[in-house]
Amino acid sequence: MSNKTLPAWVDVGVLPLLNVCLAFIVSGFVILLIGESPLEAVKYIITGAFGYDEGIGYTLFYTTNFIFTGLAVSIAFHAGLFNIGGEGQAYIGGLGVGLMCLSLDNFLPWWALLPFAIAAGAAFGAAWAFIPAYLQAYRGSHVVITTIMFNFIASALMVYLLVNVLIEPGSMAPQSRSLMESATLPSMQDLFAAVGIDIANSPLNVSIFLALICCVLVWLLLWHTRLGYSIRMIGFNENAAVYSGINTRRIIVITMCISGGLSAMVGINEVMGAQERILLDFVAGAGFTGIAVALMGRNHPIGIVIASLLFGALKQGGAELSFENPDIPNNIVVVIEGLVILFCGALTLMIKPGAEKIFLKLTNKKESANV
Amino acid sequence: MKRQFLVLSAAIALSTSAMAAEFKPAVVFDMGGKFDKSFNQSVFDGVEQFRRETGVRYREFEVTNPSQREQALRKMAQRKADPVLAIGFAQATALEKVAKDFPNTKFSIIDAVVDLPNVQSIVFKEQEGSFLVGLLAAMKSESKVVSFVGGMDIPLIRRFNCGYAQGAKYAVKDVTVISNMTGSTPSAWNDPVKGGELARSQFDRGSDVVFAAAGGTGVGVYQAAKDAGKFAIGVDSNQNHIHPGTMLTSMIKSVNVAAYNTFKTAQDGTWEAGFNTLGLAEGGVDWAYDQHNKSLITPAMKAAVEKAKADIISGKIVVHDYMSDNNCPSL
Repeated sequence: MSNKTLPAWVDVGVLPLLNVCLAFIVSGFVILLIGESPLEAVKYIITGAFGYDEGIGYTLFYTTNFIFTGLAVSIAFHAGLFNIGGEGQAYIGGLGVGLMCLSLDNFLPWWALLPFAIAAGAAFGAAWAFIPAYLQAYRGSHVVITTIMFNFIASALMVYLLVNVLIEPGSMAPQSRSLMESATLPSMQDLFAAVGIDIANSPLNVSIFLALICCVLVWLLLWHTRLGYSIRMIGFNENAAVYSGINTRRIIVITMCISGGLSAMVGINEVMGAQERILLDFVAGAGFTGIAVALMGRNHPIGIVIASLLFGALKQGGAELSFENPDIPNNIVVVIEGLVILFCGALTLMIKPGAEKIFLKLTNKKESANV
Repeated sequence: MKRQFLVLSAAIALSTSAMAAEFKPAVVFDMGGKFDKSFNQSVFDGVEQFRRETGVRYREFEVTNPSQREQALRKMAQRKADPVLAIGFAQATALEKVAKDFPNTKFSIIDAVVDLPNVQSIVFKEQEGSFLVGLLAAMKSESKVVSFVGGMDIPLIRRFNCGYAQGAKYAVKDVTVISNMTGSTPSAWNDPVKGGELARSQFDRGSDVVFAAAGGTGVGVYQAAKDAGKFAIGVDSNQNHIHPGTMLTSMIKSVNVAAYNTFKTAQDGTWEAGFNTLGLAEGGVDWAYDQHNKSLITPAMKAAVEKAKADIISGKIVVHDYMSDNNCPSL
């Protein structure tokens, strides 16, 4: 009986759930340590994230960002590449989106502009990922190091451009002018208002549909195309891939470019959707959260959507928590996020043997009872 | 009858205490948080002082991403917080939207201008204070080279830099001003190691007085100046006490006072919407002179700086504002 393994639904469903619960229990102790009530904290986080329309809007808005960056990280993971540069790629991608919008928003409505903006953003993000990819594939510089470096270069470049070039004349803040109203993506409250439902103001916009489309496309690409097969093969065993005639260098560069292009879609959500202008630090850590999302989502689009939702809820619920109870500092939310990442990412296999035993015992009992 | 009176007076007492409790000020800090050893922290000091003196608790929120600015301001207004104090130029766009939706709530914003009937905009003329410390730096310098270490490279910090350069050149025509910015991310406000490196490289290039307008990064700059036997100039609050003998002076920008006054005036009913531009004349910016730097400031320097101060207030000297045209003629 011991050679029996866990069924898939336990492995990808129950185990992560247990890990998340563990993370929350430990977080609860941390909150107890600073003298606050963990139950109250959980209540604020959950009602803040899902309890009312504005909260849901913000949760899904963050989720959108995390889906993009999570997909970006996961596709690189499949090729055995650790792309830590999602932050910079999203930043530069947002620049591409913003530049395209700024130059065409006088002439085109949003639906005509959107394809151009996506193309420009993807091109910018891909270009930003291309250099580390090329260095990895052809020069052997490790992609982890170079992508981290490129995050800093991206932020330096953006500050330079926003302070010196793109700044709206006479403005105090280093940010571009606002996009024309007609060129910004419709927000969810606009969509709902069109069918006569009134919901609260939130930055959630149609980008979330783009995120879901990207999930399907990534799934198709990875499991139903020749390129996807090559990507996964490199990830499993690069030598075998070379032996079977795959041009690994080329595939590595292509994978990283796709990854960068996906990260860049954060720019669609933020620049064209929520902020309606290019401004400093709009990525705000989404690129790094994407790593955790991909880890937790087991690099599968469905998992990534669920993990993104969790992190989106944590982000919005956490903001609600520090709003409602100022004695719980903002950093506690970072601690909770960190614990979730720790348990779901680094310690993902810790509870597996124990869970396996319990599960098998339970099923054994059932079987013997049936007999 | 007596009992009724008692109940009534109790009810009145309750309702008055309820009214007193209704004063609910709120502050929304910007990215960087209230412990950024710089701008936000200065605000925090101001509102804490208010809390200690009056015992009134205030609501607060620290923004961690751009979308939260509008969310937080809106939420404060929804929860009937009044006044709501927004910190930093980055919140101007969000405040504009929210203030329109809550016309009966009082909003104040520091470091930006929002032109609405229920918004008080508080901005500082950092260039004027920087002019004075630039003048002192140039007079103190023996090498005729003075330098500037900025935090994050944004227009606001260039305004400090520009006033500083103009002041230095006003005092000594052929002085050289070296300028460096610490970085391009918000971490530049809190990077004392890099601040020290920049200061040392400026000393190597001949500078002997350095002005740091870089928040927590300044600590490293001052330490480097002390180690090299040069002079340094503090910023925001009076930092002369950090290294007496090294700190030539400090450029005071009274953000804490502005934050305190916002709550205080709202409480006693004298809060007014409109623009509040705080320069030398209004005491919003100034140079620091106390027992720690007395021995470093010669009578000639003191006379010159006081004269320049009077001339700026009277309009005889016009200090260029970098933000007016995104250009600095003195650099």
